[in-house]
Amino acid sequence: MALTQQEREERKAFARSKGWQIFAVWFVLTAIVDYLTWFVWGPHMPPGTMTTSAAAQQFDFKILMVLVVPVLFMVWVYGGFALVNFRARKGEEDQDGIVLFGNRKIQGIWYVASTVLVLGLAVFGTYELIANHDMGSGSGPSPIWNYSWAKATPQGAWTPGGSTPLVVQVIAQQWRFTYRYPQFGGMETTELYLPTNARVVFDVTSLDVIHDFWAYQLGVKADANPGVNNVATTETTSQTGKITVRCDELCGIWHGAMYNYGEVLPASSFETWATNMQAANAGVTKLLPPFALTYTPSYSGAGGGYYPSYDPNGHSVAY
Amino acid sequence: MAVEMSPSAAIVDQRDLEARGLKFARAWFTGNFFTGLVGGAIFYAFGHWLGNFIASGYTVVVNSGQNEIAVYLALIFGAVGFLAGLGVFNYPIQKLLGWEPKDPPKSEKRTFWEHFTYSTDHKVVGVQYLFVTLLFFLTGGLLALAIRTELLSPTYHIWAADTYIEVVGEHGTIMMAMATSLVLGPFGNYLVPLMIGSKKMAFPRLEAVSLWLLVAAYMVIISALWQGGFQAGWTGYAPLSIQGGPGQSDYDVGFALVGIGMIIGSLNMVATIINYRAPGMKWSRMPILVWGLLTTAFTMLLSVPVFADGLFIMGLDRAVRTSMLYAGHGGSSFLWENLFWFFGHPEVYLMAMPGFAMTMELLPVFARKPVFAYKTSAAGMIGIAALSFFVWQHHLFMSGMNPDMRPLFMLTTELISIPTGFLYLVSMGTLWRAKIRFEVPMLFVLAVFWNFLWGGVTGVFNSDVPVDTLVHGSFFVLAHFHFTIMGQLVFIVLGAIYYYTPLLFGVRLNDKLGKWSFWLILLGFNGTFLPLFMVGLLGQPRRVFEYALRLQHLNQFASISSYVLGFGILLYVFNLIWSLAVWRTPAGPNPWRSEGLEWQVGYPVPADNFEEIPVVLRSPYQYGVKDRGPVAELHPSAEQAAVVAGGEE
Repeated sequence: MALTQQEREERKAFARSKGWQIFAVWFVLTAIVDYLTWFVWGPHMPPGTMTTSAAAQQFDFKILMVLVVPVLFMVWVYGGFALVNFRARKGEEDQDGIVLFGNRKIQGIWYVASTVLVLGLAVFGTYELIANHDMGSGSGPSPIWNYSWAKATPQGAWTPGGSTPLVVQVIAQQWRFTYRYPQFGGMETTELYLPTNARVVFDVTSLDVIHDFWAYQLGVKADANPGVNNVATTETTSQTGKITVRCDELCGIWHGAMYNYGEVLPASSFETWATNMQAANAGVTKLLPPFALTYTPSYSGAGGGYYPSYDPNGHSVAY
Repeated sequence: MAVEMSPSAAIVDQRDLEARGLKFARAWFTGNFFTGLVGGAIFYAFGHWLGNFIASGYTVVVNSGQNEIAVYLALIFGAVGFLAGLGVFNYPIQKLLGWEPKDPPKSEKRTFWEHFTYSTDHKVVGVQYLFVTLLFFLTGGLLALAIRTELLSPTYHIWAADTYIEVVGEHGTIMMAMATSLVLGPFGNYLVPLMIGSKKMAFPRLEAVSLWLLVAAYMVIISALWQGGFQAGWTGYAPLSIQGGPGQSDYDVGFALVGIGMIIGSLNMVATIINYRAPGMKWSRMPILVWGLLTTAFTMLLSVPVFADGLFIMGLDRAVRTSMLYAGHGGSSFLWENLFWFFGHPEVYLMAMPGFAMTMELLPVFARKPVFAYKTSAAGMIGIAALSFFVWQHHLFMSGMNPDMRPLFMLTTELISIPTGFLYLVSMGTLWRAKIRFEVPMLFVLAVFWNFLWGGVTGVFNSDVPVDTLVHGSFFVLAHFHFTIMGQLVFIVLGAIYYYTPLLFGVRLNDKLGKWSFWLILLGFNGTFLPLFMVGLLGQPRRVFEYALRLQHLNQFASISSYVLGFGILLYVFNLIWSLAVWRTPAGPNPWRSEGLEWQVGYPVPADNFEEIPVVLRSPYQYGVKDRGPVAELHPSAEQAAVVAGGEE
């Protein structure tokens, strides 16, 4: 299938002229939409900026959005151009298109460009993940790139403005989240209150099946696995506001109703609330075990420790 | 005993009823769906009795009276009995007894009844597959409408909480079971021998068994609805699945039947494509669809056994109370997640690959151009298949399992975009200076590129760990995989059914209805799932029946669009059924003027596809090439035939 010199020239000229047209339209549209994406939609992108991890997720989403717009428009502009210009018009139904089995240059550009883009995205994503200390995602019992203050479970008391992070144990069960504050005598609540400008460590675990702790406004998401302590961290900013917590992993019939609420309070108000709760719960918390990494109630109903000591048939299990 | 190479050359014996003038009785002496049901019912009852006999009083929950062993044995025996009633085991048993087993003879013109029998003719199996997958699809679609109806309101409930989760789980399981076979089943079985110039499949009986396993699986999975359903969804995460009632066992066994059918069917496909190509059908001349099916079948062979293991372990945990999939006693809930997704992610790519292969198979016909960068398209599919085994943990970014592996899985997942991009390169190149004919199949092909673009770019969002922390498990992910699986695979299959009905049934569907149904489906589909991206970004998790009040408008828009989509599908199915049963507009031998080998045999396709083994002369995509000659020599000369016979004649 050798082409004559004339045919080759014609193809090149055609491709050049049309190619520039397509490129110009693509470039203008991409520039406009990217500008709108970054400056108009950008500040309102999910999930907001209430915490460092939410802000980092928002930034990443924005970058990806801006990178995706050119790809979308490349296909749309080219496709629209092709559908309009290369359709079989009336009387051309039995004609064929040009014979073209490939084009080394175009293919090469495509391979290289897509590879560079993809590797760039992977490097960027990895950098962001490490630089933002796992971004509020569940990082397992011994988080690698997480904040140094999240590595060992802190035992010190929490004070507003202090460097010790606030530890919140998120205990998921069918179908409720309970929050336990070990630094306040292990008191428990079903409303997640957090202080502003504070480091927070979430120790997420489950009593029965796999759940997922998703605090949307906090930019925190971590699976709650039975028998596993899944750690997620974030730092609240000075923003106060409501939080919604939802279960994000199918956990049975009432999964859809497994949500509760919370609030980020000014640090002093938080401290007041927490100490009051500690006093109110004192009668109960004295029966509870000291802080445990996984929270599994024993057959008697109180518990803590690594292994469940219950059995469906009521036999006690010894380890 | 010499190897019988042409099964249609029948020897008249006492069991050949047709030769004895008893044609009407033949149907009742070949295994069929109804004898299968009888066998299944008998064996089911026996299995249930046996389970209660060997393990009475051994219950999962004290005094519940729920004996999971009886449930499992009943389902397994029932499935085996169904196959026995069909006559699946006749051939091997006759072989064992030293008899001369004989397949039922093929009929020249396929009868309606034949599609209810255990037939080993690949064309019958293809058509059977088509209707079985359609049945799956329509069932799953109705369940999807039920889901969208529930989500019309954030607080008012149409379904009870348990019913809703049942419906969601059934929808997912049925659709996934269907989508794995959606191209490989109907089109793979019907077209591959025709495309590669073979008279038959390598293992016709295995091919038939893979179909009937899917039928058995349908009955088992659907029966869960009457047994309290399964609450763990199609992903079946332990320990929730260990908690579930008898419906969860239906999921377990039903999905295992689907899996075994997939392994068997793909084994046959791989063997056929590698060994049964006609002379001249080089790798570089193979139709892209065949490439796609080959990579798909390989992927299935390597991934599904892992899933079968997982289901087996789930069965052990549920029935005999081992403790592998839940914490404590040495088990871990991560084990199921790993086993499941090690299969589950290759699975979703083996839905996309044949879809793309079919897309690129149809594109040149309507663009009237050769495929652009043919080798790249094959490389793209091989690349997707190879990479698909190294990405499974991107489903578990939030699980807390081995977080230091996340950058690796982020990288591998994003690398998938490269071979996927190849397919866009091939398609866009094929459209350059084409002569596009906007027939209905072409409309579906073009819609695939629109849909898969959304699905593809949002996949990059999901693979990026920081953004995945936001979107994981939300409606954003849901919209993403509906765009890739439905927007690509289902759309192209609707196009392919339209395209291949002249070859399968000799009729042409109604163009006007086809265009109407296409636009309704396209607009309904995009109207349903584009808003759901936003719904997910705004914080709605999957599989919930209550959601934030501020999301009601988006959800209602999606729900109403889904009714439009449902109506479009209904119109399409009406068009198909009515065209086949009532209008029967004759299509002519090659209405789309395709150059594929499958269109050269004419309708009806002869019982053995080709009178003689053809000799393939060139690639099927040389549209517009001057003096290109026929794609294959259907009646090769003695010299060419000598090549076929290995030079013995």
